[in-house]
Amino acid sequence: MNYDLILLVIMMLAALMTVLSTRLLIAAIGLALTSVMITILMFKLKSPLAGVFELSICAGLITVIFISTISFVKPLTDKEIDERTKQRIKKYLALPILLILIGIILIFIIKPTTLQIPLAIQETNVRKILWDLRQVDLLGQVIILLVGVFGIVVLFRDVQKETNKK
Amino acid sequence: MISLFILVPLTSVILLNLFKGSLINKIACWFGMLLTLVQIYLIVFPVTCFWDNLSNPLGNYFILNLSADTLSKVMLLMIGIVTFISLMIGQYTYHEETQKFNFANLIILALSGMNGIVLVTDIFSLYVFIEVVAVASFILICLYKDKAGFESAFKYIILSIAATVFMLLSIVLLFLISGDTTFTAINIASKNPTYGFILVVAIGLFTCGAFTKGGLVPFHSWLPDAHSSAPTSISILLSGIVIKVSGLYPLIRLLTMTGGGNESIKNILLIVGTVSILVGALAALGQNDIKRMLAFSSVSQMGYIVLSLGTGTMLGLVGAVFHMFNHSVFKSQLFANSAAVEKQTGTRDMNKLGGIAQKMPFTGTTSIIGMLSICGIPPLAGFWSKLIIVIALWQTAHYGYAFVAVIASVITLAYFLSLQRRVFFGKIASGLENIKEAKAGLIIPVVILAAVTILVGIFFPFIMEKLIMPVGDILK
Repeated sequence: MNYDLILLVIMMLAALMTVLSTRLLIAAIGLALTSVMITILMFKLKSPLAGVFELSICAGLITVIFISTISFVKPLTDKEIDERTKQRIKKYLALPILLILIGIILIFIIKPTTLQIPLAIQETNVRKILWDLRQVDLLGQVIILLVGVFGIVVLFRDVQKETNKK
Repeated sequence: MISLFILVPLTSVILLNLFKGSLINKIACWFGMLLTLVQIYLIVFPVTCFWDNLSNPLGNYFILNLSADTLSKVMLLMIGIVTFISLMIGQYTYHEETQKFNFANLIILALSGMNGIVLVTDIFSLYVFIEVVAVASFILICLYKDKAGFESAFKYIILSIAATVFMLLSIVLLFLISGDTTFTAINIASKNPTYGFILVVAIGLFTCGAFTKGGLVPFHSWLPDAHSSAPTSISILLSGIVIKVSGLYPLIRLLTMTGGGNESIKNILLIVGTVSILVGALAALGQNDIKRMLAFSSVSQMGYIVLSLGTGTMLGLVGAVFHMFNHSVFKSQLFANSAAVEKQTGTRDMNKLGGIAQKMPFTGTTSIIGMLSICGIPPLAGFWSKLIIVIALWQTAHYGYAFVAVIASVITLAYFLSLQRRVFFGKIASGLENIKEAKAGLIIPVVILAAVTILVGIFFPFIMEKLIMPVGDILK
């Protein structure tokens, strides 16, 4: 039995659950499940380092941040959830059908190939990868983090001040 | 030492925030301007030891694989000029000191990201720095925290994510065939005929992403909203440089390192370029908001650049880069003019304006210079770049596209004449009798940019030989 296919199907269902769910908590769990499936696939594709990053950051840290934030948000009433679920299903009904169709088309288009793909650099030393091979990317990510933090401060600090005044 | 183009702005932001106070709040914009002036100086008056990677004092700690060829240098010059003007306009349009400080910090971080984009030698690093600029742009667009700003930023986020998905898919395919993501490895792999189909798919996907970032039709819907609802100092940055650095520069890099793809890719570029020119120009004709008209005009002018790239020749590449440079100058100037008009009259609605050139002579005159240049009237800078584009199209026997490029210039002239007539000429509109010329902070940038437009036009042979033609060397 092809386990990869099962993993891919679960990943796709989890991703659909993330975008279609009206409950933020379920969407966050769906996202975490998607990341877990990606992690397993990465391990199977012999990329343990990428898998560890995916599991610890995307499935772990980000989910914790999402759930912590969601706990501060006022939940919807059951009636509101029902209404929004109906609206969303009506709006995105075509999405799973489209995905299945694309999958079927790809099965027919992609044929087994004898193409010789060059091997990527196999480096397992994390320090060497981050500091020697991908130092520019690391620098870029530091700047992205700085911009993100700065953005949150800029956009939300005044809101916090106004709330404190009230 | 070219790593300093990224590291100095980054360190500056950290230091500005560490020593934050009333004085730092006041000088943050001036400090940013100083950084950009140094950047411009280093390009215009090159210091050999600076550009030499061997003399890097940080070499023991940072092994940043960066490189600056002629194209990178032209882009760095454009980034320096537009960021300087954006900071200068911001200094006079933001009233609160904290707002000025936040604006300066975000612009300096965006400067670091933009410099990174043009200096990296790896396509994945290029993607990382594109994201730096994108995140900075989201925040800058909604800096006023109004509904329109948030709506436009959200629209930009969604389309930007779609663009990066296309780009990432393309990078995955390029990694698949080259085993690495460096430009050199991709260049070598692209010469292997076995990977022909995958390469074309990869270029096609990357092109879609670049079109979205560059605001080309049919991926342009975010651009008019974002550019018109953002503060004018941000519109200058977005229209003047961000769409070029995040959209068109990566496309030029990919096309030059992979030999330009095949005929179908070139045809896509020609068609998208032409459609963008026409849709942008025709949409601009129907606008009443000055900034919205300028934003649609950007869509049209981006079309010219992509059309030129579609020729696949050295002259086409040179024309595209020269038009990018000219567009960054005259579009920044026209946005700065709109900032002056809005500041003095309190509106950007052309129906409520009229005859203000007699009250605002500097703004009126410089706006005419910018308009003539963007329409391709000789001897201004815009004429020469459009001429090169038309010649490149003619040389490759794309007569129909060359004809459309010329006709679209007439449409450009039509909507800009309409803008001039409704805003600056004729009888002064009621309620505007007592307006005055904008203050020096809004006049000096437009005078500088108008002077650049005139000087580039007059000294075209010199600029062409020293700055623009060497860009073609990247194809060798």
